[in-house]
Amino acid sequence: MPHFARLFNFACWLTQDRAAAEDLVQETFMKALKGFSSFRQGTNFRAWIYRILRNTFLTTQAGLKALVSYDSGDDAPPEPAAAETPESCLLARVDQQTIQSALQELPVNYREVILLCDLEEMSYQEIALTLGIPMGTVMSRLARARKSMRTLLEAKIGRAFR
Amino acid sequence: MTCDLWREKLDAYVDESLPPEELSAIEDHLRACHSCAAEALGRLQLKRATRAAAARYAPSSGFRLRIERSLHNDHKPPRAFSWMPALAAAALLLAVVFASSTAWMRHAARAQALAALVDQHVATLASTNPVDVVSTDRHTVKPWFQGKLPFTFNLPELGNSSFTLLGGKLIYFNHSPGAQLLFALRKHQLSVFILQDQPSGSLLQTGLATSSMKGFSVETWSQAGLRYAVIGDTSPADVHALADLLRAAAGS
Repeated sequence: MPHFARLFNFACWLTQDRAAAEDLVQETFMKALKGFSSFRQGTNFRAWIYRILRNTFLTTQAGLKALVSYDSGDDAPPEPAAAETPESCLLARVDQQTIQSALQELPVNYREVILLCDLEEMSYQEIALTLGIPMGTVMSRLARARKSMRTLLEAKIGRAFR
Repeated sequence: MTCDLWREKLDAYVDESLPPEELSAIEDHLRACHSCAAEALGRLQLKRATRAAAARYAPSSGFRLRIERSLHNDHKPPRAFSWMPALAAAALLLAVVFASSTAWMRHAARAQALAALVDQHVATLASTNPVDVVSTDRHTVKPWFQGKLPFTFNLPELGNSSFTLLGGKLIYFNHSPGAQLLFALRKHQLSVFILQDQPSGSLLQTGLATSSMKGFSVETWSQAGLRYAVIGDTSPADVHALADLLRAAAGS
C-alpha cells in the first residue's frame, strides 16, 4: 500500500486522534480503489491520494469544525515583515516536544501546509494540487503559517525561561 | 532591494523553490548580509527540526493488517464481473510501484547488487583457494573460461603497469555465470567482475559509476554488452587505473 505509513501520520495530525485517523486512512484507500479510474496516468499520484484523504477529512465532524480556520484571511494583504524578526536561530533549537505541541495548536489549514512542505517535502506545485488552491495562495498561506509557528514557539520558549 | 523584501523570499529559498535567476541574486545577498544569512539558517534549521518532530505517528501492525485484509476482501470475486475491482486494485498497485517507488527500488537493487559483489570479493580473499585458474599469464587465464561462459572477453597486457594478474574463477551472479579475475597491486588484491549485461539493465548502474561501499572503491561500467565491476581496498584512482586498462583491452 503506497504511502500508507505517511498518510497515517498525516491523518493523525489532521484528526488528532488515532482511531479517527485509522478510519480516515481506511476510507481513503477504499475511495482511491474505487476512484482509480479518475486518476490519470502520468499525473501526480501522491498529490492525488493526499487530496482524497484531506477531502475525506473535511467531510468528517472534526473536519467541518476545522473548516472554520480556512476563513483566516489567505487573501488579506501580507503584513510587512517586522524589522526585528523573531530569533529563528534560537527557535530552531527548541526540542521536538515543543515543536509538536506548537504544530498541534496551529489551525488545521496552517498545520497541513507546513506538514506537506516540511515533512512530505512537496513542491509548491504539488501542495497546490493537493489542497486545490493556486500556487500564490500556497506561498502566502505558508508564510503566515510559519509566522504563527514562530510566534507560538517564541511564546513557549518565553514561558520556559520565565 | 531592502532586507525586508529579501526576507519575503527566504521561505521559498529554504524550500528550494526559487527560480534560478532569483536564486543567484539571493545567494549574493546572503553572502553580503549577515543578518539575513542568520535568518535563512534559522529558518532552515526550524524546517529540519519540524520535519523530525512531525514524523510522529506510526500505524500499528494490527491496523496495517486490517487494511490489507479489507482491501483484499474487496478484491475477492463473490460474483460475476467482480474481477473489475481486483483489476483496479492491481492497476492501483502498479501505479504505486511506478509512481512512487521505482526510483527508490532501482537504487536499492543497485546497492544490493554492488554489496553482493563486494561480499564475493571479500569471500574470495578469505578463501585458501581464491582462484580456480592460477596464472599470471592472460593467455592462460582467458582460454580457461572457454566453454564455461556464454561470452568472451579480452584481458589487458599488464607489462607496463604495476598490476599483476593472479588468476580467475567462475562465479554465478544473479543466476548467470560470470568471470571473477584477481589482480594484485603492491600488497593489495583487486577483483574484476565481468558479467553479462542483463536485459533489465538495472542491477548495476548502467553508465560509468564510481562509488565506495564499506570502504571498498568500486567502479562499474558497461561495454560491448558486458557489465564490468572493479572492486578493491585501494584508492579510487588505482581502481580507476585498472578499469582503464580493461576498457582499453575490451575496446581493442
